[in-house]
Amino acid sequence: MARDESIKSVLVIGSGPIVIGQACEFDYSGTQACRVLRAEGIRVILVNSNPATIMTDPEFADATYIEPITPEFIEKIIAKERPDAVLATLGGQTALNAAIGLHKAGTLEKYKTRLIGADVDAIERGENREIFRGIVEKIGGESAKSVICHTMEEIIAGVEVLNYPVVIRPSFTMGGLGSGIAFDEESLRQIAGAGLRHSPTSEVLLEESIIGWKEYELEVMRDKSDNVVIVCSIENIDPMGVHTGDSITVAPALTLTDVEFQKLRDLSIDIIREVGVATGGCNIQFAVNPDDGRIIVIEMNPRVSRSSALASKATGFPIAKIATKLAIGYTLDEIKNDITQVTPASFEPTLDYIVVKVPRFAFEKFADADPRLTTTMKSVGEAMAIGRSFPEALMKALRSLERKEAIFHFPADISGIDVAALLLAMRIPTEYRLQQVQQAMWAGATIEDVFAATKIDRWFLHQLDLINLRARELAQPAELSLDYLKSAKEMSFSDAQIAQLRGVHEGDIRKARHHLGLHPVYKTVDTCAAEFEAFTPYHYSSYEEETEVRTRTKPAVIILGSGPNRIGQGIEFDYSCVHASFTLRDAGYETVMINCNPETVSTDYDTSDRLYFEPLTLEDVLEVVHAETLAGPVLGVITQLGGQTPLGLAAGLKAAGVTILGTSPDAINLAEERGAFGKVLAEQALTAPEFGMASSQLEALDIAARIGYPVLVRPSFVLGGRGMEIVYDDAALSGFITRATYITPDHPVLVDRFLDSAIEIDVDALYDGSELFLGGVMEHIEEAGIHSGDSACVLPAMTITPSQQKSIREATLKIAQGVGVLGLINIQFAIAGDILYVLEANPRASRTVPFVSKATGVPLAKAAARISLGTSIADLRSEGLLPASGDGVAKAISVKEAVLPWNRFRRTDGRGVDAVLGPEMRSTGEVMGIAHTFGESYAKSQISAFGPLPKSGTVFISLADKDKSSGLAPSRAFAELGFNLIATGGTADFLANNGILAHKVRKNSEGSGPMGEKTIVELLNTGGVDLVINTPVGRGTRADGWAIRTAAVQRSIPCITTTAGFSAAVQGIRALQRGELSVSPIQEWLKM
Amino acid sequence: MAKAFLVLDDGRIFEGKSWAATGRTFGEAVFQTGMTGYQETLTDPSYHRQVVVMTAPHIGNTGVNTPDNESRKIWVAGFVVRNPSTITSNWRSEKDLEAELIEQSIVGIQGIDTRALTRHLRDRGAMRVGIFSDVELTREEMVIEVRKTDAMSGAYLSADVSTEQTYVVPAIGKKKFSVAAIDLGIKGATPRALAARGVEVHVLPFNATFEEITAVKPDGVFLSNGPGDPSTMSDVVDLVREVLGAEIPIFGICFGHQILGRALGFETYKLQFGHRGINQPVLDKKTGKVEITAHNHGFAIKAPTDAIFNTVYGPGEVTHIGLNDGVVEGLQLLERGAFSVQYHPEAAAGPHDAAYLFDRFIALMEKYPRVQAVI
Repeated sequence: MARDESIKSVLVIGSGPIVIGQACEFDYSGTQACRVLRAEGIRVILVNSNPATIMTDPEFADATYIEPITPEFIEKIIAKERPDAVLATLGGQTALNAAIGLHKAGTLEKYKTRLIGADVDAIERGENREIFRGIVEKIGGESAKSVICHTMEEIIAGVEVLNYPVVIRPSFTMGGLGSGIAFDEESLRQIAGAGLRHSPTSEVLLEESIIGWKEYELEVMRDKSDNVVIVCSIENIDPMGVHTGDSITVAPALTLTDVEFQKLRDLSIDIIREVGVATGGCNIQFAVNPDDGRIIVIEMNPRVSRSSALASKATGFPIAKIATKLAIGYTLDEIKNDITQVTPASFEPTLDYIVVKVPRFAFEKFADADPRLTTTMKSVGEAMAIGRSFPEALMKALRSLERKEAIFHFPADISGIDVAALLLAMRIPTEYRLQQVQQAMWAGATIEDVFAATKIDRWFLHQLDLINLRARELAQPAELSLDYLKSAKEMSFSDAQIAQLRGVHEGDIRKARHHLGLHPVYKTVDTCAAEFEAFTPYHYSSYEEETEVRTRTKPAVIILGSGPNRIGQGIEFDYSCVHASFTLRDAGYETVMINCNPETVSTDYDTSDRLYFEPLTLEDVLEVVHAETLAGPVLGVITQLGGQTPLGLAAGLKAAGVTILGTSPDAINLAEERGAFGKVLAEQALTAPEFGMASSQLEALDIAARIGYPVLVRPSFVLGGRGMEIVYDDAALSGFITRATYITPDHPVLVDRFLDSAIEIDVDALYDGSELFLGGVMEHIEEAGIHSGDSACVLPAMTITPSQQKSIREATLKIAQGVGVLGLINIQFAIAGDILYVLEANPRASRTVPFVSKATGVPLAKAAARISLGTSIADLRSEGLLPASGDGVAKAISVKEAVLPWNRFRRTDGRGVDAVLGPEMRSTGEVMGIAHTFGESYAKSQISAFGPLPKSGTVFISLADKDKSSGLAPSRAFAELGFNLIATGGTADFLANNGILAHKVRKNSEGSGPMGEKTIVELLNTGGVDLVINTPVGRGTRADGWAIRTAAVQRSIPCITTTAGFSAAVQGIRALQRGELSVSPIQEWLKM
Repeated sequence: MAKAFLVLDDGRIFEGKSWAATGRTFGEAVFQTGMTGYQETLTDPSYHRQVVVMTAPHIGNTGVNTPDNESRKIWVAGFVVRNPSTITSNWRSEKDLEAELIEQSIVGIQGIDTRALTRHLRDRGAMRVGIFSDVELTREEMVIEVRKTDAMSGAYLSADVSTEQTYVVPAIGKKKFSVAAIDLGIKGATPRALAARGVEVHVLPFNATFEEITAVKPDGVFLSNGPGDPSTMSDVVDLVREVLGAEIPIFGICFGHQILGRALGFETYKLQFGHRGINQPVLDKKTGKVEITAHNHGFAIKAPTDAIFNTVYGPGEVTHIGLNDGVVEGLQLLERGAFSVQYHPEAAAGPHDAAYLFDRFIALMEKYPRVQAVI
């Protein structure tokens, strides 16, 4: 058999920015695909707009196009590269939709290329609900009763047949976007209306409710010889009704007999054959009635999915890698199992451990969002844990989420727990339902009580009962004996939890435990339950007899990953960790990765020499360090690359005697602690915006009066911009304090001077103790006040002068010296007037490291890792890892744009959440546009992030008073570009006074006019507007702006909320109008 | 819970807790890697005299029920699990697993590092083992007790597991064929699979004579799975040679496959630790297709896999090989209706990929119709 030799080049389509429902699992799968193809000597052409991915690193493909993933742009790439084949099954729904677009446009035929993996017919059969239903029926399976609808009238008629509640599922959307459960006509109209809009074919499916049934997922692989294997079964602890991405899931399935499991297996195999997925992976979801075992086939994804990544990590079977090999013609029995090295890939992994995946949400970022979990996915990340029992895996998984609310608590006094209220609350699934369940059971609720409320399988509830029972035993006064501690550790009670139960400190427990010599052992994920020897050190901890960590002679470096994806800490940090591992392996060290995020490249078993799939807590990390120290020399731990998570562990590790490589914990503290950092700045004669700390409302008003409005206020005890607001007057400041915080001397409020209309600058730099390498100076497109993670930025900075550039470099050097950085530092500056202000410094890899590395061709994270281990910048220059002289130079003009998840969230009343940027980060991902001019690269970034900017048509403009003057020039430019301008009263008058014609349109609050004149919202809904410019007056939904922005978001009309963005859009549209945007691979840019 | 010890022939001892029946038990230690199907495993006669280690940590979650029993009782000599479930959750469950084990006096042990034990057995091979949940013996005494027991090599066990009386499983629907199934430890799923294809199955004791077989006028003879060392089975091997001589189509599985192999003149040998699981890839050499199959064997046939071989019954070939280790997994005669596989087309527990082999048996019986003169 072997591979198809006619394939000499393949275009791999990536998945674009990280969004809810499509995260870095596709970087993991795409990276595997690129590696496999290159190893086969195939020319790899890649398109992906996401710069934060490993796959878009220049060395992973022969030609890497960081370009929009649209049929139009891909056609340009195909025309240029003429690939023999296109692989679209590893880039999520984005790639699959692009492939269908290419097919429909006739592009594939025109350039005589073809899809490999799954063809268009198979994709349609798998994804078109009506056809898929027919397939299920044909193979003797059962689907939920349902009706396909294309209009609201059909929807209302459909419910007559199915009765409430009904499930609504739009066709061709990912992550369950736009789907939901309706209990009455009002909710039906809301959800189904949105569903019709979200579906590219205006098609929704109404379905009988099977809420409360058991939910399962099987990962299936097929090769061209029709060999089929089931890689993994996954059981959802949350029954039907919660999107599988938002469910707590467990592998393998635990509550099915073999008879029932084989039925699911048989159905899966028949389905993949009938759908005709030629080669590769797919996943199939089932619902099983817990009362009689009736099986309903829910859906299939004819591609590698989020669950495939989870299944790969859960079993050690690399689905994406093997899917790629199958796509180029290999059969399963021809592919070797990497882990055993002797057995073939044509087998079904068997697990001798339990895997639990828990979702991580970001509801705190979207205060008005509906917190209920439904069939629309809302989580932004996930953590996975492996244990030798379900309680062990679950407790680890909850710890991995890094949220104190997620960990089970066992209060001695249960009088404060209202069991009845909890039982009522848990009927509706929300982020912490399992914790509600555990608390209720801790306070006396029975398994049957909880089952009635949640339909969570009794087996899982019983396991929670066992955990509570163990906690009760542990709370009894007893000697801290080996048996006592072992019994706690078998269920993975953390030292902190045991300490809490005994009313002592975590450190006391750890000391006692170590004194008794009680440490975890590390088992191996080997695909075969130990039947064959495993050669890949992919480990997880357990408190058992025998450890499988092998001794080694090479010195090891331990790299801490960044844990579950969350807003503010995602794939960018994984990128840096992976780079560190690659470069240190090359430099002759043994790299050891610790992470718990199954979506990432860092948790691929061949990224590092050793992988520990463990929570990133002090205890869990210390135990790995202990185990590795017994195995051989350990040089230390790198904490500066994985974001705030490992950085937060640095001090504790150091206190426990662990060597921190790179920037020391003391230096980290100098940068992070406000007072200390202020001193550093003062010593270096650098300026920071004035600020004050208020412990009462009166004090806050005093400080504001002293430093002048506007001010940025935030509670001092939260990080990451949470709860931050910019206020412009006393009334708003008082309002913020009464509304948003409880203010006490222990919990003061920070009041910073806000630099209105300042230019914000982001710098990433390397420092080795004597030399500074300035990686890149980025200029934010939005002015200060928008969180840097949400702001578009451009590299090189466009508007700063050479002397400003010089003072930025000087300031960066001073701060790096003053803090004592050894490795990477990210500094945010603002330029207002002639003054350079230092906003903050982070002595670690930043979110922008991958973007800067792509734009300049300098691998900053690799260099940082080497500097941590003592190599100087001068050495790295002579090695060629850094340029021979000078700082990082942008090879073209690169724009980074943030992608925001507004369309994912809805308020409890069913309406959208406000789509306005602010000092709190809300974006989930980013894209990059690269071109010769700012206009072109901005246009590309907008297309990648939001879809095309209009070249002509109607632009709606509504400017807040503070933005009117800066909005004038771009308004004029839009008129000159031939756009029809419309505006609400105030803005229209202002424009008219400045000689720009804009038609007046009614505000939403004004209602339709007497002659039936439409309001702006009505206009948006009827498709009369192509672009929205709306700058917010203040936060809150009172403003008309909210109605405008949410309508735009829901209609997918580009919506710009800052005047800086408005100005950039002018240049972008100008570039679009001038003609075609060209495409170039990053490798060519970097040669310049 | 009382302490319990799992004591291996080579002196390694695992300490766990007593589970299921208390007492002591001995057998051959083997590990089973299936993640589902513990009930089918327990009631599979092929596990007679074996102490089974389940590699999946949670066992007993779905309890036990009558329809999933593969025979009339539990056969394992002892049962080793990490985390037995103390609750059952499944709509078909009738009874708690531990209660069932106690009722059938099966000694078990829980709470041991089953992965360490599995790795030990993988590296050192299947060996004698004892479980002791009455702990008045010293460690040395326990090891001595274990070493007093018989090893699996040379074990003749068919008499223990076989039916004493012939019984008939009627065909479902129209009867097309009659098959004489020699019960060497047959599982319920086999007659069910045949019956579903219109076969009336006469299940005969292991010591049935050729005359007793011909008396049921079979269109084919089925050789079942079962426990023990195939080299001890000379009587049944002779019987199979008679059946071959009479040109009655034969289908053998597992132990039956080994016996057919011996009847054709091949040797059998003991594998290091055997194949016991439901994820084993087998290559059909003719079609090039891979099937995922249920295995439970500690012995295998030595036969040439690369070419046609000759036997006194004409030429034959190896049809299937195990992809993990190249073990002979199937063979057939080319000019007579006889074939066999080392694995379990009836599954239970396990995937249904190999169910087509029953169809192949039907096709064989169609191709080689009963010769009236002989029978």
